[in-house]
Amino acid sequence: MTTATATPRRTSGGSPVVVRRKTNWNRILYWVATHSLGVALGLMFTLPVIFVLLTAFMRSDQAMTASWWPREWHFENFVEVFDRAPMVTYLINSLTYSLLATLGILVSAIPAAYALAKLKWRGQTWAFMAVVAAMMLPPQVVIVPLFDMWVRMGLTGTLVPLIAPYFLFDAFSIFLLRQFFLTIPKDYLDAARIDGCSEWQVLTRVLVPMARPGIAAAAMFCFLFTWNDYFGPLLYTGEARDHWTLSLAIASFRGMHHVEWNLTMAATVLTMLPAIVLFVFAQKSFVKGITFTGVKG
Amino acid sequence: MTATLRPTGTDPSPAPATGLARVRSRRRWVVLGFMAPAIVGFLVFFGYPLVATVYFSFTKYDLINAPVWIGFGNYVRMFTTEPLVGTAAYNTLWLVIVLTVCRVVFALGVASVISRLRRGLGLIRTLCYLPALAPPAAATLVFVFVFNPEFGPVNRFLRAIGIDGGLWFNDPAMSKPSLTLLVLWGSGELMIIILAALLDVPQEQYESASLDGAGPARRFWHITLPSISPVLLFGVVNSMIFALQFFTQAVVAGAAAAGTADVAGNTKYIGNPQNSTLTYPVWLYVQGFRYSNMGYAAAMAVLLFIVSFAFTAILVRQLRRASHVEEAA
Repeated sequence: MTTATATPRRTSGGSPVVVRRKTNWNRILYWVATHSLGVALGLMFTLPVIFVLLTAFMRSDQAMTASWWPREWHFENFVEVFDRAPMVTYLINSLTYSLLATLGILVSAIPAAYALAKLKWRGQTWAFMAVVAAMMLPPQVVIVPLFDMWVRMGLTGTLVPLIAPYFLFDAFSIFLLRQFFLTIPKDYLDAARIDGCSEWQVLTRVLVPMARPGIAAAAMFCFLFTWNDYFGPLLYTGEARDHWTLSLAIASFRGMHHVEWNLTMAATVLTMLPAIVLFVFAQKSFVKGITFTGVKG
Repeated sequence: MTATLRPTGTDPSPAPATGLARVRSRRRWVVLGFMAPAIVGFLVFFGYPLVATVYFSFTKYDLINAPVWIGFGNYVRMFTTEPLVGTAAYNTLWLVIVLTVCRVVFALGVASVISRLRRGLGLIRTLCYLPALAPPAAATLVFVFVFNPEFGPVNRFLRAIGIDGGLWFNDPAMSKPSLTLLVLWGSGELMIIILAALLDVPQEQYESASLDGAGPARRFWHITLPSISPVLLFGVVNSMIFALQFFTQAVVAGAAAAGTADVAGNTKYIGNPQNSTLTYPVWLYVQGFRYSNMGYAAAMAVLLFIVSFAFTAILVRQLRRASHVEEAA
């Protein structure tokens, strides 16, 4: 590749005609190359899901063969999954865990993030560092005493140990919300304070309405994280099958219910569905949220 | 909020004390009120367990009988007689190194391709990000199916072009590379973070550099890399932490590749094939919660804490530097 080709976008005109013609030709090549690479990447990332989707519609004997297009479309596979396993129970458990945890961070993380981002107090930097450290800590480091604690309270085998922490402290949500709140200009808050608002009113009437996209992103991340969680449900509800979540159940699906690959894949698709729907409807919020976790200190 | 309200002030002038002190103390209560749930939660779910883990690591404890103090017994066992902890540590170390390098390089590669697209950038970005949303347990099942040695599409494709595909998740030598592929497939978050950083690099810098005759490689090395290096550092630390706690995919892949997938309450297929997917956190979980060796698991946790703390310290320092810059600005 020559130097001229790789010069991407927005090269202004004004160069002599001969040179421009040559550049254009190289540019077309460059355009084709990058875009076919982009399409290839897009395919690479989607193909596994497409294979799984196709398999989910197959008959069980066809799922184990070399063909990739369903001979007949068995839409009823998705219904049969519900007959073969207590999917409704799993679904309700997953929804309980995810929705309550999301409610929990809205209650607990918004005020904490506000105090960390928009008030000034002694020990603030240390408190923020503690949040970052908690976020980075592998969950396995603290599970022995935590499990012991929940056993002594008699709450293992329920969803309580999974949900309760979110109503007090969730490091990632606090971190993400703080990063969002930092971007909101102080002037608006000061104006409200001069008008006589208490800090609580400043938070609920000024900051929260202004930070709605950020809060939506934090809520979605929390929902997704808990929906996808495997370790927590395995630890606390592993032996209580009535309290399994979808994410945990799906992994034991085949062995437990003697289910074929096509049905396993149908259940897998069902488990992935909420995430995909959520993403399709709120893509912008997601992208913004992810960007925020990484870039802005 | 004005600067005078900082409660940190130790200025000796007591003149406006009464009014200001009242404001200060009220502010302190406001902060305390806002932070109260977080403080309680932090103490209960991080502060106490961190200390208690150290205590438990010096005991023999099975959750039923009271803990018995055994001094360094667990640590001695960990470093001498217990055979699998070494395997587990090796597997995790393998992942920390290989997975981190592959994940960052791959995410950077994909992001830089996407950043050059002039049409369909949004669509391709969405497609590349989508797998990252799938529950890890489900994504692992997808991959074990797609890489099935007999009827999986990957081996079928390889067979069609005359290559004998391997056993992937069923081969002890290939199970960790297969898991790495699975992680790369789901590395969309890092990709988006890097992509955002790439798109933030001022375009004029590239233009003036190419006017000066800098080729693509030099432009990448001298312009792109320096401007996205904080994000890359974030990616490295983030990937290392991710690799250190690698659990779900290893457990689910081991069981699913074995054919049956009864995981919860069953340790038969953990580490399958031949302990090649037995990571350190998985072994900690099995020791503590399947074999009821809570003391031993706590000792393993202490070691994990020391290692991950070192990585975290790097990131915290970096973040701190960034937030100082922010305050100065």
